[in-house]
Amino acid sequence: MKITMAHGSGGKSSAQLMKDIFGKHFRNDVLDKMEDAAVLSLPASDESTADGSAVARIACSTDSFVVTPLVFKGGDIGKLCVCGTVNDLLMMGAVPKYLTCGFIMEEGLDTDLLDQLVGSMAAQAREAGVIIAAGDTKVVEGNGGLYINTTGIGLIPEGRDVSSSNCRAGDVILCSGNLGDHHACILSHRMEIENDITSDCAALNDIVDALFDAGIDVRTMRDVTRGGLGTVINEIAGSSACKIELDEDSIPVSPQVKGFSDILGLDPLYMGNEGKMIAVVPEAQAEAALAAMRSAEHGKDAVMIGRVLEGEGAFIKTRLGATRRFDVLYGEGLPRIC
Amino acid sequence: MDIAQVIDYLKSYDGRQLKLMEVCGTHTAAIFKNGIRDLISPKIKLISGPGCPVCVTPTAFIDKCVSYAKAPGCELLTFGDMMKVPGTAGSLSENKAGDAHISIMYSPLEAIEKAAAHPDVTYVVAAVGFETTAPTYALLVKEAARRGLANIRLVTALKTAIPALHWICQNQNDIDGFICPGHVSVITGVHVYDELAAAYGKPFVVSGFEAEHILAAIYRIVKQIEAGEGRVENMYPNAVRENGNPNALQAIEDVYVPGPAVWRGLGRIDDSGLYLREEYAQFDGGSRGLDEDMELPAGCRCGDVITGRINPDQCPMFAGGSCTPMEPFGPCMVSSEGSCGIWYRNKH
Repeated sequence: MKITMAHGSGGKSSAQLMKDIFGKHFRNDVLDKMEDAAVLSLPASDESTADGSAVARIACSTDSFVVTPLVFKGGDIGKLCVCGTVNDLLMMGAVPKYLTCGFIMEEGLDTDLLDQLVGSMAAQAREAGVIIAAGDTKVVEGNGGLYINTTGIGLIPEGRDVSSSNCRAGDVILCSGNLGDHHACILSHRMEIENDITSDCAALNDIVDALFDAGIDVRTMRDVTRGGLGTVINEIAGSSACKIELDEDSIPVSPQVKGFSDILGLDPLYMGNEGKMIAVVPEAQAEAALAAMRSAEHGKDAVMIGRVLEGEGAFIKTRLGATRRFDVLYGEGLPRIC
Repeated sequence: MDIAQVIDYLKSYDGRQLKLMEVCGTHTAAIFKNGIRDLISPKIKLISGPGCPVCVTPTAFIDKCVSYAKAPGCELLTFGDMMKVPGTAGSLSENKAGDAHISIMYSPLEAIEKAAAHPDVTYVVAAVGFETTAPTYALLVKEAARRGLANIRLVTALKTAIPALHWICQNQNDIDGFICPGHVSVITGVHVYDELAAAYGKPFVVSGFEAEHILAAIYRIVKQIEAGEGRVENMYPNAVRENGNPNALQAIEDVYVPGPAVWRGLGRIDDSGLYLREEYAQFDGGSRGLDEDMELPAGCRCGDVITGRINPDQCPMFAGGSCTPMEPFGPCMVSSEGSCGIWYRNKH
């Protein structure tokens, strides 16, 4: 088999590649959990605990960014490479602290553009409260392209237990806002279609802080990136061994993105985002959690989109009252949007 | 009558068992996306027809495209849907990961700018589709001729729906009514179905792609059957005009002539293909006679699926898990509008 673009889609092909090659060689208890970020337990330093018996937990995640074009409406690869990794840490309940970055630059890359992109990265790092602590550059033959890898480390405060496997029947699914903006924005750039669709690229510290500050017992958080909501919901239903039912009418999509995706035959359920998340919380805290999310700038359009039930699989209740099952993304979706 | 009343009527239908065919792959996808089967009586069975252009494209076409993509100085341009369709020497996707030159296009007209910018490269366009896409390829050919671009070729697998509907009516008489393809009808207009309705006495109802459109079309078909009628109705008048789109029809007329074409799973159907006219022969990359098809693996029942004789999950390869979107044997499992792929992804 040869690698094809479908292996980079974040859907079924990507998952199969992880399992067949990386999972086979890298098996360990940490990686096998397949979360957004690894949670590592370390012996606490003597200064932080009196008896040295407690452990501190850190979250660690890495992500590579290959988006084209490098600059798009609402962001650029510099901003994106901070947001993507910071969000992965946040989704484990961690407070992001440090990032490393690796730049692979193709010859011909304009240094003024590079300066702009690194400036954007620095500004986003300040906003997200992370320090860029180490970095590396390499130059390869090519045509002015740029790829960036970032690795992040965050600290998980005591008492937080967030995982894809924590959902249980009776919980509700909250979504932080409109889906498909980033995907539609990048595709518009590539197809040279003029519209006002702007990428949602953002670090979601404000939403996550608001949820924990409000004392919400957050079960699961996931940023809805490659593969879209459809893939994320299936993964959560699988990890938590539960059934999830979404309400089609409540899944938020802007009229612009809906029109755009209708014309191109895309389904917002499988479109990628870079500044949207879902949170799964107990039903009793649904209103409080929604209020907390809406108090944050990036969560002001938060809505409840579904419920966790006994059973298995991912389902949608359609606008006209039918129920259908849905699966993860198969095939390519759109390559290289993040 | 509002949509709730239509649903109520279709849900409680208790007449004789009906078999309706949605001809178009986009309808198949919309029927699943909206859970339409869940909203109508089990006595109204919906079966998928041959209206996914990728699914009815013979293997010889893929092989021809692969051979161009691997030839020095050539680049193949294709829509993404074709990438994973198996050929005898692998799919386009597999060959792209090897040494073949393949780009996914968003519009066939991209070939014009590419060809003008790189006169030393021959751009070969994989032209697949029905009446809906044929006019765009016609515009490409006209523009290439106008600009004197000698480095564009089309390998065509362009088909027309009406001859295939005749074939189905003649070979499979147990279908009670047809949900006619909205997009194709935008181009062809409604009158093209008159002859079918008159010849076979069955309802042919043109439908749009929203849940309400499809339910309304099913409702009209059922009402016609109950009234003993078999006529053409346009339930998508906002988009479909009686006589279609004259400019698009003229472009088709200007550039193509009809000829025999092989529909994968059906066989050869006379006058169901569109081929470049003699005056545009210089742009043809050898599109005629591409009728060889790969020997289907034992158990593969693609032909029965696209004629609605069986549901995808009744094929042993689907049921046994040996044909999946990841490792498809036939194009019906590959395309976003292929019935097997749609059934699989929706875990019906």
